[in-house]
Amino acid sequence: MALFRYKDSKTQALADHLNETAQRQFTQEELFQFAPYDPDAGERGGYSGYSYWRSTLRAFRKDRTAMFFLCVIALTLLFTFLEPLIPYDRQPNTIYYTERAEINLFTRQPVLDENGDPVVKVSLAKDLAPGKEFWFGTNTIGQDLWSQIWAGTRNSLAIGFAVACVDALLGILVGVLWGYVRKLDFLFTELYNVFDNVPQTLLVIIISYILRPGMGTMIFAMCLTSWLQTARFVRNQVVIIRDRDYNLASRCLGTSTWHIITRNLLPYLVSIITMRMALAIPAAINNEVFITYIGLGVPLETPTLGNLVEAGRKVMSEAALRYQLFIPVIILATITISFYIIGNAFADAADPKNHVN
Amino acid sequence: MAKYIGKRLLRSLLTLFIIITIVFSLLRLMPVEGYFQNFEKMSSTQIRVGLQQLGLTDPLPVQMAKFWKGVFQGDLGVSHKYRVGVSVLDIIGGKMPLSLSIGLCSLGIALLLGLPLGILMARSTRTRWKIGDRLGTVFVVVIQAVPAAVYYLLIQFYGGRLPGASMFFDAGRPATWLLPIFSLALGNIAYYAMWLRRYMVDESNKDYVKLARAKGVPTAEISRKHIFRNAFVPLVQFIPTSVILTLMGSLYVESLYSIPGMGGLLVTAIQTQDNTLVQALVLIYAAISILGLLVGDILMAILDPRITLGQKEGGR
Repeated sequence: MALFRYKDSKTQALADHLNETAQRQFTQEELFQFAPYDPDAGERGGYSGYSYWRSTLRAFRKDRTAMFFLCVIALTLLFTFLEPLIPYDRQPNTIYYTERAEINLFTRQPVLDENGDPVVKVSLAKDLAPGKEFWFGTNTIGQDLWSQIWAGTRNSLAIGFAVACVDALLGILVGVLWGYVRKLDFLFTELYNVFDNVPQTLLVIIISYILRPGMGTMIFAMCLTSWLQTARFVRNQVVIIRDRDYNLASRCLGTSTWHIITRNLLPYLVSIITMRMALAIPAAINNEVFITYIGLGVPLETPTLGNLVEAGRKVMSEAALRYQLFIPVIILATITISFYIIGNAFADAADPKNHVN
Repeated sequence: MAKYIGKRLLRSLLTLFIIITIVFSLLRLMPVEGYFQNFEKMSSTQIRVGLQQLGLTDPLPVQMAKFWKGVFQGDLGVSHKYRVGVSVLDIIGGKMPLSLSIGLCSLGIALLLGLPLGILMARSTRTRWKIGDRLGTVFVVVIQAVPAAVYYLLIQFYGGRLPGASMFFDAGRPATWLLPIFSLALGNIAYYAMWLRRYMVDESNKDYVKLARAKGVPTAEISRKHIFRNAFVPLVQFIPTSVILTLMGSLYVESLYSIPGMGGLLVTAIQTQDNTLVQALVLIYAAISILGLLVGDILMAILDPRITLGQKEGGR
């Protein structure tokens, strides 16, 4: 019979040992002997089985709203890849034609042929409202908006993820070193100042001029500057906590800088960093919208949400054409809202003090 | 502290020099055809003469030396594309006050509304239905989610119909200032409310706050004296930069309401390859943004005495 039972496999060794000792019959001499030093015994210990990330995930999963929006993002992502497979044979860049009844310009009546039927004429399928033939309608040059929007969402999310990854990696690394290591304060402060003050517009122009304009070039140009704000943000947080007593104690005990960073500083900042990262993807997409607005976006044959919003903005004054603006904006808004809610919920869950209740 | 500030100011001069060198060299990488409007029709001699007039045929160090000599004499050069023959400083001087006053108004409104909204949201997370938090979150989410270019348009479109307001800006009529200021403030209100809420929620879970609560300190006092005081420190670092950013104006808003401000001046100058204007703008913006970072650090150290900036014994 096992007297002691532990849930976690890591403590199995301890449990086995305790059970074995409890059941053994000791002789009188054995009981009053000194126990020899056994390094293996030192390794056995009361391991609580608490995992920070597992608890965080558990707290996160309890948040229904956040789980809902996580599903929304997952489905959107999945759908952008599945969309080309559904039986709707329109291409994003093809210009379509449609058959329309010919209208007499003076009488505004349909032109009739000798049998009394309206004359049908093939014309450019431009500015058609959403309907059966074109699910989201067509734009001003007769391209199908449904396929444009999903291709655009796919491209924009790709830009967003790529830029946010670089943003997170470089931003956190530079930010922590900049904030914590005082000897590097000089280097990084000036590096930040240099990178922050070379105008992004100039960089985008020069890079598109040297390299071929397109998605890759755009991602590269945006990565060059996107990490700056994250780095500054993380750095400010680190400066605030770097001289707190627990860090001072760690330094006095001779803990290495790397260890302090990964064990003392970053765990403290998890909630704030996750929120920042969740906003990085929509921020990158919105930055792309801005770059398109000033006329430096990716070429029009690569649809992105930036291109679509910009095209929609131009026709906004005509009420009948506003669907061209509202559809991409709704998709963009859905993505941003989802990431914001997920980020906020994860940040709440990342605080260990919220794990208990 | 004073020593640290002095050192950093000195280093900033070096940084400023590096920034200008980089921008200067990048500008020289721009395509030659961008400098002339009818490049295709020009003969090679015309192009050479044109470049010579712009001072682009000299070797790069000579051009740099000329530029710095001008800077020390208080002369940043003459615009040759944006407004031909007008001194760059005159162009900037005519536009900056307008952007600055609109920007400062909107920043003031954003702080006055955004900070209380953040506090309200954070405090209401402790109540049963969290109504304040939910409503505030809806506002923040909407502002974050809809691209600024789109909601600015909607504000102009529907706000412009209000009595007294106008679709366009007129410096002499105060009512026309409202819409642009309001449009600009919305984004900042959401930003400050969102982050203040985040910091205050994190802070209110700390042990010293729980102790204060257990001792029976009134909730309002805890949230004002303890939580807000600590939560505001990370935000204060960005405030000088926000003030300075108002100098640059807003490209979207200023072009929508046709405000003759700084917004988009840099972008236009870069796109039309008006090199002298770009250099002057970069010099000015860089100088003040470096200062903004420094002032932010100092404010942070003043607000939270535990933060030390200089090299310290035992610090790494």
